[in-house]
Amino acid sequence: MTAATRSRIGTAAMVAPAALFFIVLLVLPLVVVLVYSFGLRAPAGGYQPGFTLDNYLNLPARAAAFLNTITLAPLGTLVTVLIAYPLAYFLAVKVSPRWRTLLLVLVIVPFWASQLLRIYAWMMILGNRGIPSLLFAAGLGDIRLLNTPFAVLLGMVYGYLPLMVFPIYVSLEKLDRRLLEASADLGASPFRTFLQVTLPLSLPGVATGSMLVFILLMGEFIIPAFLGGGKVFFIGNALVDLFLQSRNWPFGAAVSVALVAIMLVVIVIYMRFILGRSGTRRMVLS
Amino acid sequence: MSSNDDKPITARRFMEELRRYQRGSVTRRHFLGVTGLGAAMAVLGSAVPALKPRAAYAFGDLGDTLAFTTWPNYFNQKNIDDFTALTGVNVQISVFGSNEEMLAKLQAGGTGWDVFVPTNYTISTYNKLGLIDALDTAKLPNYDPASQESRFTGEATIDGKLYAVPKDWGTTGYVINTEKVTGDMTSWKQFWDRTMDDLSGRVMVHDYQLTTIGNALKYFGYSFNSVDPGELKQAEDLLIKAKPHLFAINSDYQPSMRNGDAWMSVCWTGDASQLHRDIPAMRYVLGSEGGEIWTDFYAIPKDAPHKEAAYVFVNFMLDPFVNAREVQAHGYPSTDSKTNALLPDKILNDPILYPAKDLLSKLEFGAAATLTDPLRAEIMARFKSA
Repeated sequence: MTAATRSRIGTAAMVAPAALFFIVLLVLPLVVVLVYSFGLRAPAGGYQPGFTLDNYLNLPARAAAFLNTITLAPLGTLVTVLIAYPLAYFLAVKVSPRWRTLLLVLVIVPFWASQLLRIYAWMMILGNRGIPSLLFAAGLGDIRLLNTPFAVLLGMVYGYLPLMVFPIYVSLEKLDRRLLEASADLGASPFRTFLQVTLPLSLPGVATGSMLVFILLMGEFIIPAFLGGGKVFFIGNALVDLFLQSRNWPFGAAVSVALVAIMLVVIVIYMRFILGRSGTRRMVLS
Repeated sequence: MSSNDDKPITARRFMEELRRYQRGSVTRRHFLGVTGLGAAMAVLGSAVPALKPRAAYAFGDLGDTLAFTTWPNYFNQKNIDDFTALTGVNVQISVFGSNEEMLAKLQAGGTGWDVFVPTNYTISTYNKLGLIDALDTAKLPNYDPASQESRFTGEATIDGKLYAVPKDWGTTGYVINTEKVTGDMTSWKQFWDRTMDDLSGRVMVHDYQLTTIGNALKYFGYSFNSVDPGELKQAEDLLIKAKPHLFAINSDYQPSMRNGDAWMSVCWTGDASQLHRDIPAMRYVLGSEGGEIWTDFYAIPKDAPHKEAAYVFVNFMLDPFVNAREVQAHGYPSTDSKTNALLPDKILNDPILYPAKDLLSKLEFGAAATLTDPLRAEIMARFKSA
C-alpha cells in the first residue's frame, strides 16, 4: 500500500462520519419528500404509493401562500437589516465596553421566553385594548392592527432581530480601527469613511444575518398563524394544514419541494454575488 | 356558574348543609359535594367507589405519568389534581384544535398518548384504521349504558363492541357580544350576511373544516355534512367572499371575544357558557337552519403506553361526582343521568347547554364521510390560503 492510498483511506475515514451524518439527516429525508410528492393521498388521508404529477399541477391552488411568503419574507429581512444595522453599529462602535456586555445580553433576553409566549404578548399589544385604543384616544380613528400583514411583518422583525444583530455586530467589532484612521488621514469625512470602509467591511455580516433570517422567515408559520389570524397565510401554514388537517401528504410534499427549490435559487444567487464579492475583498485586505 | 367546589366552606354554611342532610332534603352526594367532604374523601379513595377495591393493591403499577390529549378549556383542574393525589399518576395534558389534527398525529404514530377525546363522527375511522381497540368494559365499572342517553352514544359501538365512552355533548352555534351586535340574531344566514356587512372585521370562524364549511352550507340550507361538489362549491364561494371581512380563522376564539377584538364567532356550547358566565352580554345563538350536535368521547389508542392507568383515569372521570365537577367547570352537558342528578338546577335549566327542542331537533351529528372527504379538506385549505 503506497503512502498516497493510505492517506486517501485516512481521509475517507475522517470524512465518513460527516458524510453519513449528511446523508442520513439531510439527503434521505429530502429523497423521501421527493418520492412522496409524486404519490397519492390515501382515502382516509396520508400517503399511498403511486405516480402522478397532479400534486405539482395543483401548486397554483396555493398561489396566495407562495405570494405572501416570497413578498413578506424578503421585506421582513430588509426591515430587519435596516433596524439591526444601526443597533449593531451602536453596540460595536459607540458603546463603552463596560455597557456593551449588558446590552448584548439584553438583545438575547427575549430568547429566554418561548416564542409562542412573546407572540401572545404581541397579540395583546396589537389587539383592541392595546395600541389601537391609544390611537383611538388620540383621535386617530379606529385602526385595526392585529391580523394584518403589518402585524405579521412586525412579529417577524421582532422575532428574528437578534439573529441579524449578532452577525453584523461581529463583523463590525473585528473591524480594524487603523483602517478608519487611515481613511480620516486621507481626508475622508466620517460619513464617507462609513460608506467606503465600514459598510463594505461589514457586508459579510449583513449577508450572513440576512441569509439566516430569510431562510427562517421562508419557513415561518407561527407568526402568520397568530398575528395574521390565519388570514395572512404563508407556505409554512399551507404545509401545516396539508399534513395535519387535510392529511394530503403527497401534495404537502410537492409544496415542500417547491419551497426548497425557491430557497436553492436564492442561495445560489447569494453565493454568486455576495460571497463572491466579499471573498475578493477579504483577499485584498490580507 | 363559578365552581366553588375547591374553596373551603364556612362553618355556618357547613352546619346549614348538615341540618339539610339530616332532614333528608339533600342527598348524601350533594352533601359531600358542597361541603368539600366529597373531595377530601376522594383523595382517601373512598368517594369514588370503583376505585376503592383497587386502592389497596393495584395503584402501584400504573406508572407515574399519563398522557391525556383533549380540547381547549375542556377539563376541571381539580379533578386532574385529585386523580394524581389518588393514584400518584401525573397527567400530562396536551390540547388540539381539530379532530383532523388528532387523526393525523395518531396516523403518523408514536404519539405516546394514553387517553384522547375524539368526536362521535371520527370513531368509525379510528376503528377502520386500527388506531383504537375495543374497550374492556370490566375495567370501566362507572360506565353504565343504562344511565346514558343513547342518542348521544351510539357511534361508539361498532359491530356490538364498545370503542369509546361518552365524555359530554354539545352544539355548535355562534356567540355574539350583544353590546356590539344589535338586532335579533337567529340564523346562519344573518351570521354570514352581517359578517360581510356591518360586522366586517369583527367575526371569527373555526380553523376546522367540519364547522366552518358546515355552517357555510347552512347559509344555503344544505346539510351540515354535505359532500356534494355543487353544494360545496357554493359554500366555498361564500367563504372566500366572506374571508376579507373576517377578523380571524382560529378555533381559540375566547381571548379575542373577551378583549373585544371580535364581536361574533362560531362557538361551541362550553365556550359559550364560559364566556356568558364571565361576561353576561355574551349570547349564544343556534342557527334556525340547524347545524351541528355532537358528542365527545374518551378513547384509548391501541399503542397507549400506560393502558392500565388510562382505564383507571377514564373510569375516574366517569364517576358521577367527578363528572359533575367537570360539567360545572367546562360547561358542556353530560350524557349521563347519574351525573345530571348531582348538578344544580341552574345548570340543568341553562338554555345554552340545553337548547329549546325546536332548535335542537334540526341539528345534525357530523358524518364520518366529512372527516375523510378530500374535497372538504381541500376547500378548507383553499379558503385559508385564498
